[in-house]
Order: sequence, then C-alpha cells, then structure tokens
Amino acid sequence: MNKEKSCCSPVNACYAEVLVTPHNQKDEWVTGEIHTSQGSVPVISTDISFEDTFGAWKVRWGIGRMNYRINPGLYALGQPDHKSPVLVSANYKLTFDALRKELSGLHCWILILDTKGINVWCAAGKGTFGTDELVSRITKTGLSEIVSHKTLVLPQLGAPGVRAHEVTRRTGFSVVYGPIRAHDIKSFLDSGFKATQEMRTVKFTVWDRLVLTPVELVATTKYSLMVFGVFFIINLIAARTFGLADFIAYAGAVVTGTVVTPALLPIIPGRAFAWKGWLLGLLWTAGFIWFNGWFVPEFLLLAIGYLLVLPSLSAFLAMNFTGSSTYTSFSGVIREMKIAVPLIALSSIAGILLVLIKSLSA
Amino acid sequence: MKDRYLRNVATLRLLDEKCFGCGRCAEVCPHRVFIVEDKKVRIKDKDGCMECGACAKNCPVNAITVKAGVGCAYAVIMGWLTGSEPSCDCSGGGECC
Repeated sequence: MNKEKSCCSPVNACYAEVLVTPHNQKDEWVTGEIHTSQGSVPVISTDISFEDTFGAWKVRWGIGRMNYRINPGLYALGQPDHKSPVLVSANYKLTFDALRKELSGLHCWILILDTKGINVWCAAGKGTFGTDELVSRITKTGLSEIVSHKTLVLPQLGAPGVRAHEVTRRTGFSVVYGPIRAHDIKSFLDSGFKATQEMRTVKFTVWDRLVLTPVELVATTKYSLMVFGVFFIINLIAARTFGLADFIAYAGAVVTGTVVTPALLPIIPGRAFAWKGWLLGLLWTAGFIWFNGWFVPEFLLLAIGYLLVLPSLSAFLAMNFTGSSTYTSFSGVIREMKIAVPLIALSSIAGILLVLIKSLSA
Repeated sequence: MKDRYLRNVATLRLLDEKCFGCGRCAEVCPHRVFIVEDKKVRIKDKDGCMECGACAKNCPVNAITVKAGVGCAYAVIMGWLTGSEPSCDCSGGGECC
C-alpha cells in the first residue's frame, strides 16, 4: 500500500509510466503521447516520411516483406476525446501508412490488431484479422474506458474474418463496416457512416496490378537462377550451346507471365488466368522465333520445343497471379488448375525434351 | 472494364426462408453480389462471387453458405504437395494473396 502511494504521488505520475501501446521512440511517425485513464497512448502523424516511402518500395520488391510491422494496440490521431470515432486496422506497416496518410485533420482513435504483419484482407481470410483478436485487443487496451460510445469502424475488407454480431455480443461494441479504400474514410465519417456503392466495391486498376508485379518477378528470379545453372551444365556437353537468344526467349516468357499478363489482364480475351498467360506467351515466343529466323528446317526442333515450353511457363506464372487478384474464387481456381496444370506439365516436358535433343545432337 | 472470372463455379447459397433482409451481406460483399429488395436479399450476380466468405460470416441467422477459401493457385499447389488444405500462408516467401 505504502509503496503504491509513494509511487502515485504526485497525482498522475503513474499514468505516465503505463503505456497502452508500447512503441519505438525512434519511430518518426509517433509525434507524442496522449494521456488517458488507461495510460499513455502514442499520437501518430499523418505525414509520410522518406523512410516510410523507402520502406514501402522495399516490401513491394519483396525485401523484408514478412517483417514490416508495427506494435498492435491503440493509437491516437489528432486530439481525440471520448466521443471520437475508433478505426480498426492491421499491423502491416504498409497498411498503417496507407490509412494514416488519408486522415489529416481528423481526430480519432486507431485500434491496430495483431495480424502478424499481413494486410487487412489477407489477414481476414486467414482469420488473424478476426473476431477473437478484435475482442481481446478491445480488452487489452481498455478501450471501453477510453471512449464513451460503443461503435467501431472496421474496414469492409476485414469482414471475411470478423463476425460483427459476435463482437457486439461479447464486447457491447457494434461494428460498422467502413469503405474499402482509406481514401474514402473522410467522406464516410463526414456523411455519418454512409458508404456509397462505389466505396463498397473492390477494384483492380492497372496501377493496383502493376505494384504487385515486382514481388512476382523477384520470386521467379530465384528459380530462374537454377534454370540458368542447368543451361550452363548442359552447355559443357552440348553441340548447340545456349546463348543470348535463348536467355532472351526465356526472360521474355517470364516477364510475359509475371508483368505483361497482369498489366493487360482485363483486355486479354478469355477468363482463366493460365489461358491469358499462355496466349501472350505464345505471341511472345512465336514472334521471337520468327525474329530469330528459327522457323527453318534446321531449327524446327528448337522452335517447336520453345513453342511448347515457353507459353506454358507464362501460363503457369500468370496462373499464380490469381493469388494477387481481387476477384478470383477458390472454386474457380481449382477448376482452372485441374485443366491447366496437366496441360502445362505435358507441354513443358515435351518442349524440354525437344530443346534438349536439339542441343545435344545439333 | 469489369473483371470477370470463371462462370458457374461459385458455391454461394442463400437460404431464402431464414433471411430477414438485414442487408449485412450486401454491405460487406466487395463485388456487389447481393441486392436487397422488399426486406429480402437476393443473389444478383453469382458469377461475381469470389468466395471470400464475408457474407456468410456476418449473417446473423446463418442464411448464407459458401465454401470460402483462398483463390490462389500457389496456395492450392502447396496444398496438393503437402496434402493439406490450401492456406494462404505467405510466410514461406514468394507469392502471396
């Protein structure tokens, strides 16, 4: 008792010691702290620094992507009070930055769930942006003592992980699903929690698609190095060695599958991603073979071999982009793969055999 | 240009007799699959469904069923190889949802 008393005088000294959300003092985006009955809450900036921009660029290229996260907990933006709205989000730093930069001039609380550094939509699919985590985070932060209202604003894309009525039953907080894009939050709040149909519809613009392609390209490059290793070994015994033209043919098929197909996605005829990739891969391969003058009897084996293997490679890589898309269903992907995977495998094996025969026998 | 995936594959079902038209499903659906009419919800665009499961999860009377899963070929391949349910476990690096 005595010890506590001495600690707690002067009044409020204890509050300064208790952190609702621990944070790194070096983080530029924390500008101060706000004192609440539950302890001090970090106040965050709406400005994006060079470090934030550079960090975003790095994760887009797959560098440190799985560990780009902030501490979960409660944050304050502006000077919120007990009546200010509570926005819920994920602890992926890219998500957090995309949210806070849209909130300048607002006064609100931001409750960050521990999604293991994954964005809201993917985390909701996995269940880490979910009912249990939300309920426990509300309890841990003492949110019901900090705000006097009983409303949480969740991103709409968090809905696959959260059972709104169960959150209400367990915590008393009602869940309002806000707009999909952070950009629309201000007008959503200004209009008294009304989201238009447009705000509720997910899009997949050419820019949305292009920012996802570097990660695909980097992932493929790792496997490509192995392919080049095999080329090199074969060259030691080959009658026709692999050269620059073969490298360009291969690299072109990779870029067609990982970058060009995603970029042109809606305008390529057909619906299945593997088909779209195969079609563009065929155009690329046929064009390149023609350009090299390989459509002659001497190179026919090589030409047919590449026409079998390279479009299949583009098809496979394009098929993997289903995981990045915003509109492919599980059942659809299964349907597509049951047809595409055997065809890709057969075509690739046949193609590789023909190319090898040409290389080794010339 | 509207993004459309394969036709007639979505596993989305709506049990009409349970539905009381609260419209929560229409609110959370990112592809505007549902429409609320006369205090009843109707599936307007089944082929637009990406099986994210948001509607079923948030339906207070469990009137919606859908086999929710990750629409991700990489996850499916890993599922086939490891003999487990496809999961969007991105921590292995490489591709992710």
